Amino acid sequence: MKMGLPQKIWIYFLLIVTSAFVFFPVLYAFMISFMTGPEIIQGKFFPESISFENYSKVFSRLPLLSYLLNSFIVSVSVMLGQLVVCSLAAYAFVFFKFKGRDFIFFLFISTMMIPWEATMIPNVFTIRKLDWFNTYQGLTLPFFALAFGTFLLRQHFLTIPKELHEASQIAGLSRFRFFWRVVLPVSKTSLVTLGAYGFLTTWNMYLWPLLITTNKSVRTVQIGLKQLQSQEIATEWGVVMAGVIVVIIPTLLLLFIGQKQLQKGLSQGALK
Amino acid sequence: MTRIGTMWRKSLDGRTAALYLLPSIILFSVFVFYPMFRTIYLSFFLTDQTGNAAIMVGFENFQYLLGSSEFQNSMKATGLFVLYTVPITIILALFFALLANEKLKGIGFFRTMYSSTMGISVAASSVIWLFMFNPSIGMFNRLLGVMNLPQIQWLLDPEWALLSVSISTIWMNIGFSFLILLGGLQNIDEHLYESSRIDGAGYFYRLRRITLPMLSPTLFFIITISLINAFQTFGQIDILTKGGPSQSTNLIVYSIYREAFINYQFGTASAQAVILFLIILVVTILQFKLGERKVHYQ
Amino acid sequence: MKRVELIDVSKSYDKQVDVISNINVTIEPGEFFVLVGPSGCGKSTMLRMIAGLEEITGGILKIGEKVANNLTPDKRDLSMVFQNYALYPHLSVQQNITFGLDVKRLKKEEQRRKAEEVAEMLGLTEYLERKPRELSGGQRQRVALARAIVSETPICLMDEPLSNLDAKLRAHMRSEIRRIQRSLGITMIYVTHDQVEAMTMGDRIMILHEGKIQQIGKPIDIYNYPANPFVATFIGSPPMNLANGEFHPSTSELVINNELRVLVPIDEIGKLPRTSMTVGVRPENLHPTTPETKSENVFHVEVTNVEILGNETVFSFKLGEEEWMAKWSGQWHIDIGDRLPVQMEFESLSIFDEQSGELIKKTIDYGNYVTKQEVSP
Repeated sequence: MKMGLPQKIWIYFLLIVTSAFVFFPVLYAFMISFMTGPEIIQGKFFPESISFENYSKVFSRLPLLSYLLNSFIVSVSVMLGQLVVCSLAAYAFVFFKFKGRDFIFFLFISTMMIPWEATMIPNVFTIRKLDWFNTYQGLTLPFFALAFGTFLLRQHFLTIPKELHEASQIAGLSRFRFFWRVVLPVSKTSLVTLGAYGFLTTWNMYLWPLLITTNKSVRTVQIGLKQLQSQEIATEWGVVMAGVIVVIIPTLLLLFIGQKQLQKGLSQGALK
Repeated sequence: MTRIGTMWRKSLDGRTAALYLLPSIILFSVFVFYPMFRTIYLSFFLTDQTGNAAIMVGFENFQYLLGSSEFQNSMKATGLFVLYTVPITIILALFFALLANEKLKGIGFFRTMYSSTMGISVAASSVIWLFMFNPSIGMFNRLLGVMNLPQIQWLLDPEWALLSVSISTIWMNIGFSFLILLGGLQNIDEHLYESSRIDGAGYFYRLRRITLPMLSPTLFFIITISLINAFQTFGQIDILTKGGPSQSTNLIVYSIYREAFINYQFGTASAQAVILFLIILVVTILQFKLGERKVHYQ
Repeated sequence: MKRVELIDVSKSYDKQVDVISNINVTIEPGEFFVLVGPSGCGKSTMLRMIAGLEEITGGILKIGEKVANNLTPDKRDLSMVFQNYALYPHLSVQQNITFGLDVKRLKKEEQRRKAEEVAEMLGLTEYLERKPRELSGGQRQRVALARAIVSETPICLMDEPLSNLDAKLRAHMRSEIRRIQRSLGITMIYVTHDQVEAMTMGDRIMILHEGKIQQIGKPIDIYNYPANPFVATFIGSPPMNLANGEFHPSTSELVINNELRVLVPIDEIGKLPRTSMTVGVRPENLHPTTPETKSENVFHVEVTNVEILGNETVFSFKLGEEEWMAKWSGQWHIDIGDRLPVQMEFESLSIFDEQSGELIKKTIDYGNYVTKQEVSP
């Protein structure tokens, strides 16, 4: 579209100013993480010198490394678990004909309407009964089944032409082989979207880990942040910010890499 | 072949499907359906410390809650919070999406900037904002000081706390809303705009008569999601204010959390959860009723 | 009615390679002008440059007598019909038609009146309150057309408007569009990749290939006297047969693909190049033999494929490396493998320079086809 120069300048101006506002808090935290205590109190914006002291402190004062590992294990587990469970379910909905298929699908969708809070209290009790407090299973298993994920994959599977399935039946491919060798590879983009979504949301989870981890054995990094903020080093903001930066690097990276993909995938899922 | 034999063979589809669906069904039953019913069940009881239903009180929990000033305050705070955050987040996200939809050099950089808040967890965001709201060394008060304006006790002043939490929440949610709205904008057929340019339609005319109507399904989606999310806010409350000061930010989920896991009153907590569930249900139904008429599907 | 002139117009996306170059053409007021060419030849880009949706890299565009290079689309006084119609899904048919009028702030009653007028012209009256998604492809196409007509602009641009319709509807709409254009006197610039559309609809047509003009002219002139082998094979179905030719002075014969020998009349010999050339002949100029046929004009071929269409018969045969086709009027009993005598004269050949593709010798038809013959009253 042909745009006049004054219009272009105006839009660039708006873009620069507003995006600066949006990104500012992160940038600020980043700067603070390199500053010393006195510098922070003075209210400087740029650190005098880049010192990694805060970073080393945050790793030594807090078992941050093990928290990072925990978060990673949990997020990857949930991501893989969701991919497996949701793709199997979506496959069943699309390629099998059975009585009650629509009804069961409706049941699945209805779970999206039930807010987490309506189930959290008994879920904690369940975890306690299973003695799953402070375990990886407790943190991950409840989330393997995701209606949204099943829905997303089902939408994609529906676009696979029926002829492909029929050709595989003629060729004698078993149901599972067809799933494994044809359906999954063809749906790569949706699987990646779901995987990224699962990883991201699990990494950022707060309430559930708070409820079922009471010690630091499997504590995730988000609760680690809360711990950071409530300890005596809470006043050492440089250290705190270093912790924040460490926690957000994985997800920011994932977002930067997959941004276009995520946006397309999410909006396709949104518009049904 | 006996009749049972053919029936058995025909049900192969159903049986195999059951196998594929089993993991999801088991997980949903254990972690979604069962707990939901149990919560409703518990809401009619007073419980002991371990969470077992002890004394059946019927609707008394609900009566008590609806009458208690604490709960009413919680509802009010939640309502205000939703009102503060949802419209502004969406309007800002739409504004950014319109800007970022222009075909300019380097637009990808700006899109990344706008969507960045989606890559930052609630906990991390809250800690950053906690620092910025700090009364002595936080950035906001410093700015006020430079401009010779009186200092505000952002998170410690009952008048300001909810607003402060709202501001930080708007920031946190902008990334996701932006991405969804940008996706919606990009799905609009370019030819519609070209045709209107030949007719001589200006920017705001196009915005009103083409962009917004074509965007309405996406807008509907993001408003619904944002509303539901707003009612479920927890993380930032836990880190920024813990429900205070003077209960001014005691949003409903935090209230449930406190009631259940700090006061060990699982019965009343469950009742609160049921009320929350009903509110979300009503809001969503209203959304769909209103949206049905106004949204233009292709 | 306005004239459109392109003077040395070119377009490039990266300032290095031209996707469109050296376009010089004047489209007369009230003319139905067709831009035709294979996919990717640049015809849509050119149309969009005239519309103002793409920038013109070089050259001048004049609309009316005004230079239009820097005018915004709405100031160029034209209307456009897009390939996928570009109808607003959330507006009714009537609102779609009057969208442009609404932008210009015309009174609602006035808009309604004009919409009803045009709807009547195109048979859309009962659909005015419906939404586009309730209409068939052909009906949507007519709505797009109605929108262009109601704007009452002197110039109308159409970008492959019929390509999404089925063959029968396309044939019907072809004559509809032509009829409306004539009765309203609009200058119409029409883009298509279908050479039948171009031949049947255009007053004049312009053939584009890789961004360069191949030929401009009346359809029948282009058919009879193609400017180069590309045009020769693009226009006409089945396309003109082409092969390599060499003149043998010793026998005064033109030898085609080392197989066919044609006697060259003495006064034509001077025009032929000494080097090899490209020779073309249209399938319908390969006649069946009659008792009067001179034997030096006959050659025999072995049939490789036959298509009997009812009113004509088309068969293929191999000539050296090429596969040639002949078209005979009527129904002939021909089988694959038959050896047939075929008649061909030097006069019906078109000869092109091998390097430049330029037409050296035009077809002169003394055979069964009538050129420029008047019908007796």
